[in-house]
Amino acid sequence: MRKFFTLAEMKKSLLMAVWFIFLTFPIMVVRVNPIYKVVEWRWQNLVLVGVSAFFLSFLWRYFLAYKKPAPAKSPLETSARKGKLSELQRHPAARRAGIFLAATLAVAFPYIFSTYQVNIMTTALIYVVLGLGLNIVVGLAGLLDLGYVAFYAVGAYSYALLNFHFGLSFWVCLPIGAAMAALFGIILGFPVLRLRGDYLAIVTLGFGEIIRLVLENWNEFSKGPSGIAGIPRPGIVGVEMSLNTSSIFLYFLMIGLALLTILVVTRLRNSRIGRAWIALREDEIACQAMGVDKTKTKLTAFALGATWAGMGGVIFAAKTTFINPASFTFLESAIILSIVVLGGMGSIIGVIASAFILILLPEYLRAFSEYRMLIFGAVLVIMMVFRPQGLISNVRQTYRFKGLQEENKEGDIK
Amino acid sequence: MLKVRDIRTFYGNIQALKGITLEIAEGEIITLIGGNGAGKSTTLMSICGVVPPRCGEIFFRGTPIHDMSPEKIVALGICQVPEGRRIFPGLTVKENLEMGAFLRRDAQGIKSDIDHVFDLFPILAQRRNQAGGTLSGGEQQMLAISRALMARPKLLLLDEPSLGLAPLIIQQIFEIIKKINTESKTTIFLVEQNANLALKVAHRGYVMENGLITMSDSAANLLGNEDVKKAYLGL
Repeated sequence: MRKFFTLAEMKKSLLMAVWFIFLTFPIMVVRVNPIYKVVEWRWQNLVLVGVSAFFLSFLWRYFLAYKKPAPAKSPLETSARKGKLSELQRHPAARRAGIFLAATLAVAFPYIFSTYQVNIMTTALIYVVLGLGLNIVVGLAGLLDLGYVAFYAVGAYSYALLNFHFGLSFWVCLPIGAAMAALFGIILGFPVLRLRGDYLAIVTLGFGEIIRLVLENWNEFSKGPSGIAGIPRPGIVGVEMSLNTSSIFLYFLMIGLALLTILVVTRLRNSRIGRAWIALREDEIACQAMGVDKTKTKLTAFALGATWAGMGGVIFAAKTTFINPASFTFLESAIILSIVVLGGMGSIIGVIASAFILILLPEYLRAFSEYRMLIFGAVLVIMMVFRPQGLISNVRQTYRFKGLQEENKEGDIK
Repeated sequence: MLKVRDIRTFYGNIQALKGITLEIAEGEIITLIGGNGAGKSTTLMSICGVVPPRCGEIFFRGTPIHDMSPEKIVALGICQVPEGRRIFPGLTVKENLEMGAFLRRDAQGIKSDIDHVFDLFPILAQRRNQAGGTLSGGEQQMLAISRALMARPKLLLLDEPSLGLAPLIIQQIFEIIKKINTESKTTIFLVEQNANLALKVAHRGYVMENGLITMSDSAANLLGNEDVKKAYLGL
């Protein structure tokens, strides 16, 4: 660790402090009192801002410098540089213990905590599924989708409307909602096949808004902003459930769906189509040269990603029993995207962890009332500065052939 | 094996190929040489369907391929090594090779082919678990060629394999190209700026200028031709 407490560093922090004093001067120091028609000068705030900015900037750069030596070598050598968490993931015993612990906790959770907590957990699980779904599109296939919430809305409205008009039950609507979302995924996919990066992001953003605006304004179809109320909770035929058991049932249903998602997404990632997605993210022309069907690969990514949002939507509608377009704004898309980016693009375990953090954190920060979104934002910024690769970066499988072990060792030394 | 008849290819309104006709016989190494912007890479892209020609015909073993999609053309046995290598930087060497065999389903054959390319380029065997982007330029070119070989192509299209490489590495890569041709009887279509070297490995050559083929002859004759010497060999 090189010397850090030098005069030059102090000077930088001092400059930062002066800059912050200048920036916050109008709001922190000057206050106009309209009743007595005087201007109050709160000089003590100036000192406070200056001192705290100085120390914070110093800390900030200290930690940045502390972090530097590791990634400085080569940003591409992802396989060589992994966090402790990723290493733990590989250890079979630790892995098994972790899974066992998580399973026990998941089963015991509704019996230890209140219904309120169970409901929050169910919401978090919905976001796990949404995050994993978007992870297919953004993390694996590298298609930046800012309108993902549209598919969530499609799922939710499929259930709500089919139930309202035709009285179809939750269990019938779950696959229908998924299929509808997949269909919309393909509808979105076709026009954006030729787009990449920023342009793709803008079109998907527009798509998300179109869906929301249609739901908001087409009163005859979706009942507009007043939404649809009285959506039945899921049940089992012949079983009467109280509100409490019903939320516990929903919780376990969500656990089941989350497990299914994890299973399917893991299998997909290691399949041929998963390979094609990852390759498409890396280089499109090379992909074509290898004989990957670009159209089919992109459309399946959109469709399979949207499927999970559709199922999440159906469950969301069943959980809240009331939906309106206000639940499907761009902010939702942004949160789901943050889950994927924060968790580490393409990493399944990372996405799960960050879904819990991003959804549970604002809930449990309610004690800090108005500061909670500030803390939430700060956590996001700090995360991205200190761990840009995400919470738990993607662990790639390494394949070893029998009979080539010695060469492998040689390769490791090199 | 491959017959290209009077193809014209456009990028938007700009015409890049103004009627190219060429023929490649089974087992040959054919080279296409020419200056910057002559349309060499476009010819190659037209053959493999990435930039399809607006008119003209291309036949591969009698099958018309000029309006096929790129993945179908690859499935027929035409595989290209794109210009600038274009390996997958985030995938390991082995995963890159496996992507090359994307259309194949014989796991056993893929395994033995990976061993085969590791024999061809031993350095890749040492780097097999390294990310493709961390390889040196020469190694990346070797990987790009190996990746194309993994598709077991009948016709291999190489776009400027010497681009940005040290002379010694270029020499090595051209040796291998020759070896691929003689050992596995793969027909090779080589697009090159390095005319001298390309003509030394090839059987026949075409010279291209401004979207047109201006000369076609055996490689030896082209090497001796005064005009070619002046324009491309710097003699």
